[in-house]
Amino acid sequence: MRARQVLYTAGFIAALLIFWQALYWIFGARVLTPPWTTFANAWNMLKMPDYWPDLGESIRAFLIALIIAFGMGTIGGIVIGAWRACSEVLEPLLVNINTVPKVALYPVILLIFGLGIWSKVVFGVLHGVIPIMISSIGAVRNVNPIYVRCGRTMHLTHWQMLRRVWVPACVPEIFSGLRLGFSLTLLGTIFGEFFASQKGVGFLLMNAIDLRNIPTIMSLILILVVFAVLSNSALLAVDRRLHRTQA
Amino acid sequence: MTRYAWMRLGIVVGAGVILEILFRTGVIPRLIMIPPSEMLASAWQILASGEFKGDFYFSLLNIAFAIGLSVAGGFLTALAIYSVPLLRATLEPFLTSYSAVPPIVFYPMLIVIFGLNRNPQIIIAVMFGLVPMAINTINGLYRIRPVFLKVGRAHRVSALASVFRIQLPAAAPYLFVGVTLAVSYSVIGVISTEFILSASGIGHQISFAYDNYDNRAMYGLVVLLLAIATLLNSTLRYYSHRMLQRWTR
Repeated sequence: MRARQVLYTAGFIAALLIFWQALYWIFGARVLTPPWTTFANAWNMLKMPDYWPDLGESIRAFLIALIIAFGMGTIGGIVIGAWRACSEVLEPLLVNINTVPKVALYPVILLIFGLGIWSKVVFGVLHGVIPIMISSIGAVRNVNPIYVRCGRTMHLTHWQMLRRVWVPACVPEIFSGLRLGFSLTLLGTIFGEFFASQKGVGFLLMNAIDLRNIPTIMSLILILVVFAVLSNSALLAVDRRLHRTQA
Repeated sequence: MTRYAWMRLGIVVGAGVILEILFRTGVIPRLIMIPPSEMLASAWQILASGEFKGDFYFSLLNIAFAIGLSVAGGFLTALAIYSVPLLRATLEPFLTSYSAVPPIVFYPMLIVIFGLNRNPQIIIAVMFGLVPMAINTINGLYRIRPVFLKVGRAHRVSALASVFRIQLPAAAPYLFVGVTLAVSYSVIGVISTEFILSASGIGHQISFAYDNYDNRAMYGLVVLLLAIATLLNSTLRYYSHRMLQRWTR
């Protein structure tokens, strides 16, 4: 079964690569570069020290944004979720804010935080924090009341209650939220770099669009996609493990 | 309105009043932001003068196209994955990691292929919206309780009737979640692409006003955009809530 799954996945990836190659044959080098060339270009790009400051800047902005979004989202979500009235009032509000296109707020953030790294960070946080918060609220509120009652009948202390009941019951759900938040924070950070910054992967991409530099556009997209898929698969593996041990 | 809804309204209005006070006392400089009262006035002016009428039509039409394509495409994709085991085994692992790739990175490539018009924007919006719809539809189809189908079979319900009277209503809560997500992602996709590079549209006008230090027009447009998104969402939520109540009675 396992080998079969690997076969299917490999088959799908092969189909995608063939599709990509076919697109190249149809549209030509004016529009896109073929798979093999793109992989080679991307690899060369990663090896070249010229690009390291930009990559470093993006990674730094993304990591700072990630830490802030994770911290604010989980702590805020747990506090709101534990307080029933507060979550009744705030949750619909958060869901609504979440559906608003946050790009529209970009000028505001730029005016407040300037052109440096901080507006990218804030933009990343803005995209990631609310989904994390919503799923943390859900995680805390959906803990099966029987667990809590059971803990009480066993006269657990507050600390034991937290460690043995609340945390194990909430963590898998919160982690699923973090996984979603991870991708959204990445999206937000790249977005932030698109519009106004002088450094970073998003900036390089925007620059390449202005210059119609197809090989650079394609290799940057490839780097981003590979990074996103790999990190997501790692998080997904942890996620599955957590959900399995819970069940 | 319930007590909680009033409290929510209170929070929103309260935040607006606090902002207004901060402006009036000069804590926030006008260069950064204009007071909420002026934002609303500007939004009203934009509506009354019809200055950006063409842009609104352009964006709203694109959003409508994107929503239609995402919902229909997502639903059909889900049906295909649900009913063909080979597709299910192949695509399912990819669906879960799809959300990791921001579709927006493909926008530059699509502009080169399709040119700078509405097509690449709609495609990006559909790339945003289709997969959440598909994932939620699949979830809904998987979670139909087998006993429902058995009852149907015991009553000799035809295949078509089984789909419309048992399976769809049973999956409906998930379908609605999917539609809600598809709508908000379509809006986000259209507006974001307009923001990045476009010749017209609300997003384009906001970034144009920003580039020209026209804070008044910019905040007026932002307020209108937020109003449209909120209106769309709350209408959808209201109707889905009502429909679900009727179906699950």
